[in-house]
Amino acid sequence: MQIYLPIAEVSVNAYLLLGLGGMVGVLSGMFGVGGGFLMTPLLFFIGIPPAVAVATEANQIVASSFSGVLAHLRRKTVDLKMGTVLLIGGLVGAALGVLVFNYLKSLGQVDLLVRLCYVVFLGVIGGLMFIESLNALRKTRSGVVPQRKKHNWVHGLPFKMRFRTSGLYISVIPPLIVGVVVGVLAAIMGVGGGFIMVPAMIYLLGMPTKVVVGTSLFQIIFVTGFTTLLHATTNFTVDVVLAVLLLVGGVIGAQVGTVIGARLKAEQLRILLAIMVLAVCGKLALDLLIMPSELFTIGVGGH
Amino acid sequence: MRWLMLLLLLALPAKAEEVVLGLSKDTVSISTNFEGSEILIYGAIKRAEPTPDGPPLQVILTVSGPSQPLTVRRKDRRFGIWVNTQAVEVDAAPSFYAIATSAPWEEVITEVEDLRHRISIPRAIRSVGAPMDVEDAQSFSDAVIRIRIDNGLYQLREGTVELREETLFNTRIAMPANLTEGDYATRIFLTRGGQVISQYQTTIDVRKVGLERWLFTLSRQQPLIYGLMSLAIAIAAGWGASAAFRLLRSG
Repeated sequence: MQIYLPIAEVSVNAYLLLGLGGMVGVLSGMFGVGGGFLMTPLLFFIGIPPAVAVATEANQIVASSFSGVLAHLRRKTVDLKMGTVLLIGGLVGAALGVLVFNYLKSLGQVDLLVRLCYVVFLGVIGGLMFIESLNALRKTRSGVVPQRKKHNWVHGLPFKMRFRTSGLYISVIPPLIVGVVVGVLAAIMGVGGGFIMVPAMIYLLGMPTKVVVGTSLFQIIFVTGFTTLLHATTNFTVDVVLAVLLLVGGVIGAQVGTVIGARLKAEQLRILLAIMVLAVCGKLALDLLIMPSELFTIGVGGH
Repeated sequence: MRWLMLLLLLALPAKAEEVVLGLSKDTVSISTNFEGSEILIYGAIKRAEPTPDGPPLQVILTVSGPSQPLTVRRKDRRFGIWVNTQAVEVDAAPSFYAIATSAPWEEVITEVEDLRHRISIPRAIRSVGAPMDVEDAQSFSDAVIRIRIDNGLYQLREGTVELREETLFNTRIAMPANLTEGDYATRIFLTRGGQVISQYQTTIDVRKVGLERWLFTLSRQQPLIYGLMSLAIAIAAGWGASAAFRLLRSG
């Protein structure tokens, strides 16, 4: 069934959109990532204009994360205090990100920057996660209990705060910085930023994996909601019909994903996420390295 | 001498052959389930006198969507990766352009007449000039044509206008689903021996209707309300599906 999208001004198959939404929704529930880093490139491939894809994706992430965070709230695996600190940083970062985005748009290199950001961030994080979780998996197999480092440089900073749900007593500066970085990336790359935030929370802040997923979803909802409003009011690129189709699949997928995620071990979850992040990274890197079949691109509007 | 001139002028009316046109529809409504549209264009040629001798009559029909300025970028290899390096602005290119003719292109119109009336696809695109540092600027407008032909947005369909007895003609124009809103200028040229002898112009109105129209207008005129509404719908759907799923599992 073909459906015409009013803002994107293209006609696409409705079942294809439902399927894409569902697939990304499962990942969202399993890993606590918004899935934007997968969905945004997928939308490009089916012919949605990039500006619309990025803005609409933000809207869709709100929905899929919302049902996910509800599931986590019931299981009490959301650190609301930590989430709020991350959120404050995230809103500041999103505003900064829009400024950076508009500056690079005026230089005409925004596509390249977005792709390079994807390749670098996905590559580094995917690689680190893969190695770490592989090691962790080996240690559990050989019967040695993995020891988390209790103290690193993070614990030497001032403005300490107690986060009971996470069982942490750390400075608010690192979570604030993580929030700002994620906010900037959310605005530039059109993603929720979970794939940056989840590893940062685990490795940098030392939060327990079970709490990480719910807390990152909590922060993502508000940052992507803010980004949606920014796009809707400045670029007019949020396509609500596209968003609804994606999220109908997405919310159902997220529920399934949360159930699957609860059954898998943390190390297994991480290694799966790492493999996926590396696969997307590899595809994007190949696109940059291999000579494209069409060297020219058309952009509507002058400059 | 003077009376001979006068006689000649009288004998040759301003237009010896004129077009009377009909469209199967003059508005295209883009609704939610819009899958593209096919328009049947038919017409007749009105004459005050018998069909003149000489080269056969030919018909050219064009439909063009609203023109937009474009920026065309070319990628080059820099430091091992493919990067946009050069950009050329095209001042105006139609978002959609279809040509149908009654015979192969060389038989229906001459180069000079094409240039005057801007009929062929390359002539329909207006590009004032590329920056001095860009070599081979022509390849940029060629790229616009190539990409849009691949997308079905630009079409040259030679010999698809059916012409009977040099009087009745009809053709179909297929418009793809990814149309832009606006007035689509429809032109018909009558030619003999490559010379345009008559032309006629009308418009096809391409408009969004119903829900599409409402959402589009809201997003432009009340963007904040539209944005908040999008978020509300998203959150309601997220919460609703979550609640439904929980009921399903407990029940």
